Amino acid sequence: MYGLINKSVQSFLRDNYGSALWARVARRAGIGIEGFEAMLRYEDTLTDNLITAACEALDRPRNSVLEDIGAHLVTFDTVRRLLRFSGVDYGEFLFSLDELQDRGRMALGDLELPSLILARQYGGRFLFEVRGTICGWGAVTAGLLRAMADDYGALALIEDLGPIADGAELVQVLLLDTEFNTDRGFALAAPRHGTHV
Amino acid sequence: MMPALLSDKMITLDAEALGRLMPMFMICDEVGHIAALGSTLMKVLGGQAVLGAPFTDHFVLRVAQAEEGDAEPPDHVIGVQRRLHLVLRAFPDIALRGSSVDLGAGSVLINLTFGIHLAEAVRAFGLTETDFAASDMAIELLYMAEANVAVLGELNALTGRLEMARRTAEAQALSDPLTGVANRRGLDQAIETELTAQVQGGSAFAVAHLDLDYFKQVNDTMGHAAGDHVLMMVAQRLMRELRRGDVVARTGGDEFLLLLRGGTNEEALRRLGERLIHRLEQPYIFEGKSCKISASIGIAISQTVDESTNLMQETQRLMEAADRALYVAKRGGRGRCAMAADAPTR
Repeated sequence: MYGLINKSVQSFLRDNYGSALWARVARRAGIGIEGFEAMLRYEDTLTDNLITAACEALDRPRNSVLEDIGAHLVTFDTVRRLLRFSGVDYGEFLFSLDELQDRGRMALGDLELPSLILARQYGGRFLFEVRGTICGWGAVTAGLLRAMADDYGALALIEDLGPIADGAELVQVLLLDTEFNTDRGFALAAPRHGTHV
Repeated sequence: MMPALLSDKMITLDAEALGRLMPMFMICDEVGHIAALGSTLMKVLGGQAVLGAPFTDHFVLRVAQAEEGDAEPPDHVIGVQRRLHLVLRAFPDIALRGSSVDLGAGSVLINLTFGIHLAEAVRAFGLTETDFAASDMAIELLYMAEANVAVLGELNALTGRLEMARRTAEAQALSDPLTGVANRRGLDQAIETELTAQVQGGSAFAVAHLDLDYFKQVNDTMGHAAGDHVLMMVAQRLMRELRRGDVVARTGGDEFLLLLRGGTNEEALRRLGERLIHRLEQPYIFEGKSCKISASIGIAISQTVDESTNLMQETQRLMEAADRALYVAKRGGRGRCAMAADAPTR
């Protein structure tokens, strides 16, 4: 897996809980304190070890940590902007999530983002099937969708419903109001001084 | 008749003129059948035969559903969408995006684009530059995608080379250039890793401090080349005698430190030390001439550690204990092995 994904877990821990906690997690997971390089590839099992070590260090359940990691991704303006390209409002954004994996590949040919399939939708209820290389992308997706609802200014209830028989994880979104709050805004033209992940 | 007319603010275009501006247009009639197509969309759907066929034979329309159970939304929904999403029935991986306008009397004009699936579509349908309107950004997008792949490929290769160089530099920084075994830094790192493992439930281990006896004589009588040869042979013999997981480090002129992972039984460690000494006492041949050395060894065993242990202090303690044991071994006559337990504590 690309270091990019591990590195976002690393940033989540360091930004929110400080370097000391990161050092502890890195040691537990058997990773050097310098962490990950975004463009290098690492073993998938390392990602799993990293998340397990993070949950132990934070003494929190895996799903709640993963949801926070998903929400944290949106705090990177680059990630936020790339996601905002998917739709002018939250409803349209939800409809275009089918394309998320392909969009990821457009940026980085072999990036292993999960596939999201809009399995059912009626009215404001959206049900997504999330399939990824490691279990837990459902929770990450739920956190990310929650943060994006805030970004768009939408009012939505988002729930990680857990795995179903074929290994997919279900995430449900109840979209109650697309214009509940002020939209944080998005201009197609990139800001002149871009920030980096 | 002119292909295009402007009268009373109404624009009239014939299908060919419309197709030149929008080669991916489609007109559906009031019963949802395909009435006209731009040339590119015609190519995608398989030619003239498609005209008159129901729209739903070729496309799956993805729109918001108001109620549960609306399996196939009615075709008239097309008229009210700001943004349409269509999936090709024959190519489920290719989705089209577009917008539509009502032409009156139930007919709808739709203009489509491949959006994110452009590259797949170009490949699947053998599309060329002339299949896109001059105003379409498709060619630029394809160009960008290909340039992006090329640049990323180069950057990935560079990242790979830098990573290799970093690993080589790291290995060099942690090893002794003469013998190829670890240096002091390498050993410190190995001990810290081992202590960390011990904190997490790993087993205790031992550290041995080994000092060669009579090595100076070799250097003095046979020269430095012979001395270097003996040091290399000592490192090799130690590596061969120890287990795979053990670490041999050369930490000074004729000083070695060993990290021993094979248990903490004092008697077993003492026997191991004696075996090592015996092995090192075997003659060394350099340029046809034979020489002999011996060695003294002091061994210390790691203590119980937990999360609150200062690992650097524990490393320090182990080293000092092994050092004191070595002093005991030396004082007892050379070519001996002593345990830290034999040494008086400070």
